[in-house]
Amino acid sequence: MPLLEIRNLVVEFDTAAGPFRALDGVDYTVDAGEVLAIVGESGSGKSVAMLAVMGLLPDTATITADRMAFEGRDLATLSPKDRRQVIGKDISMIFQEPIASLNPCFTVGFQIGEVLKTHTRLSGSERAARVIELLKAVGIPEPERRLSSFPHQMSGGQCQRVMIAMAIACSPKLLIADEPTTALDVTIQKQILDLLLKLQAESGMGLIMITHDMGVVAETADRVVVQYQGRQMEEADVLSLFESPKHPYTKALLSALPENATGDRLPTVGDFRALFETAPKEATA
Amino acid sequence: MLRFLVGRIGLLIPTFIGVTLVAFSFIRLLPGDPLDLLAGERGIDPERKAELLRQMGFDKPMWQQYLMYLGDILQGDLGTSFVSKKPVLTEFLTLFPATVELALCAILLAVLLGIPAGIFAAVKRGSFFDQSIMGTALVGYSMPIFWWGLLLIILFSGILQWTPVSGRISLIYFFPQDTGFMLIDSLRSGEKGAFASAVRHLILPSVVLATIPLAVIARQTRSAMLEVLGEDYVRTARAKGLSPLRVIGLHALRNALIPVITTIGLQVGVLLAGAILTETIFSWPGIGKWLVDSISRRDYFVVQGALLLIAAIVMIVNLIVDVLYGLVNPRIRHT
Repeated sequence: MPLLEIRNLVVEFDTAAGPFRALDGVDYTVDAGEVLAIVGESGSGKSVAMLAVMGLLPDTATITADRMAFEGRDLATLSPKDRRQVIGKDISMIFQEPIASLNPCFTVGFQIGEVLKTHTRLSGSERAARVIELLKAVGIPEPERRLSSFPHQMSGGQCQRVMIAMAIACSPKLLIADEPTTALDVTIQKQILDLLLKLQAESGMGLIMITHDMGVVAETADRVVVQYQGRQMEEADVLSLFESPKHPYTKALLSALPENATGDRLPTVGDFRALFETAPKEATA
Repeated sequence: MLRFLVGRIGLLIPTFIGVTLVAFSFIRLLPGDPLDLLAGERGIDPERKAELLRQMGFDKPMWQQYLMYLGDILQGDLGTSFVSKKPVLTEFLTLFPATVELALCAILLAVLLGIPAGIFAAVKRGSFFDQSIMGTALVGYSMPIFWWGLLLIILFSGILQWTPVSGRISLIYFFPQDTGFMLIDSLRSGEKGAFASAVRHLILPSVVLATIPLAVIARQTRSAMLEVLGEDYVRTARAKGLSPLRVIGLHALRNALIPVITTIGLQVGVLLAGAILTETIFSWPGIGKWLVDSISRRDYFVVQGALLLIAAIVMIVNLIVDVLYGLVNPRIRHT
């Protein structure tokens, strides 16, 4: 049984101009211990899909799916209360802007401890010890001192480490990382990716990496889903995708990598638009 | 935090000097002479008037009078009322508890109703409740206090006869007013029905005085909540599996309260200004009514003293608000 199984997921938003379909019948399957990358441009519906899984989309969103199951349990039919027992505990998520994602009014220790207080029966002192343990695990120096720090007193990289500590606090079975390195410096990006992979390997959890960076995909993923304008273009294991992409959009995406530049201009996906906009909906390796 | 506090207190000194200048010059800019007003229709002998002006120091140049006034303030002397012959500070301290009691009840009412109303309107944005709450708030904000007070008196005191028209307590109760706070004194007196009477007398003035602050706080809370509910950290809180009550009541509200606290602080000035009207409508024996009476009598020292003390109170409340702001917002505290 897959850890997460989603079939024909459709998300529509009510807008002033009428319903807008942000996601049009995508499928995902993630097994325990697997790293799935969802790749695509801005507006391809990568984050929307995972926010739908987490139940974090606004009320204006209508979500339908033939199947949206976590460990065989249908997430769509769970009551809000039951779903909250899964969210943050068994499935957790980290976001693109680590500083903005942490509450500026509460200390780091409080924010991590809150997850433990919500989902475990640990006592106050046990929680404090576990928070220190988590901060150590994500590589925050002097964790005891950092407990009482506020997000604005930390760097972006440290805040992302805190977000990761918060996400892994209850040893989740699935971690969703929504462009976790986009807002960070290049040197920090590598450290955060290495940390995520290390934690994933140690715990055996499933990891969904949402990114638009093909470099991140190559470095981290076992399998890749390529999306464009809310539709799934291609799904393949990482080697096949880079070696022999099937869908013209994937080929365009790979052709637009900076290393493929010729002359004095970087290629863009738009240069290849004519190739993929007439192509069939999906290609699977 | 200490540096923050010292900086804020340092700012109070020039403000206070500015207030003394305004208080001193304001009453002197009004037409009418206090001695002529005191003498009434009989008039006053010019020689006697000159003698009195000399005694009071009013024959000296304006700048000299101001310096003497400043010197007196520094010694804690705010002067003596022409009318009652009592020191201004003593009169103020006698009347002040009545105003504080009314203002506290009003601000409590405004905060306890305004914040939940604002939160509810923001969470149910665009709904019938949101539009009703915001529409009511707009009406409350736009309503002239004087008219609103009279309207409530006609309805609740005149037609329904649920509440008394004026005063702080029914005349049948006599007990020592040690604290000056009628609610506390009536409770301590042990007289049956005294506390209920004090509460009944407080309801209408509190509602009238709370109307504008309530509307402002509700609108500010709504807009602050709407802004905060769209923030990434609120999404993080929801992603942690926290209950909606905790997400809204703790993670969102704590951040939304930062501008709301500033608004509440600013409303203290509005309350004291509103107290002047409200106390006049309800014959509430507080500093608002005292100030209005003193202005009409050109009681220079009372007007100067009352303005100065009211301004000092507003400044102290604003200082407390600044400190609270720092406590609620760690980003301010640590800069």
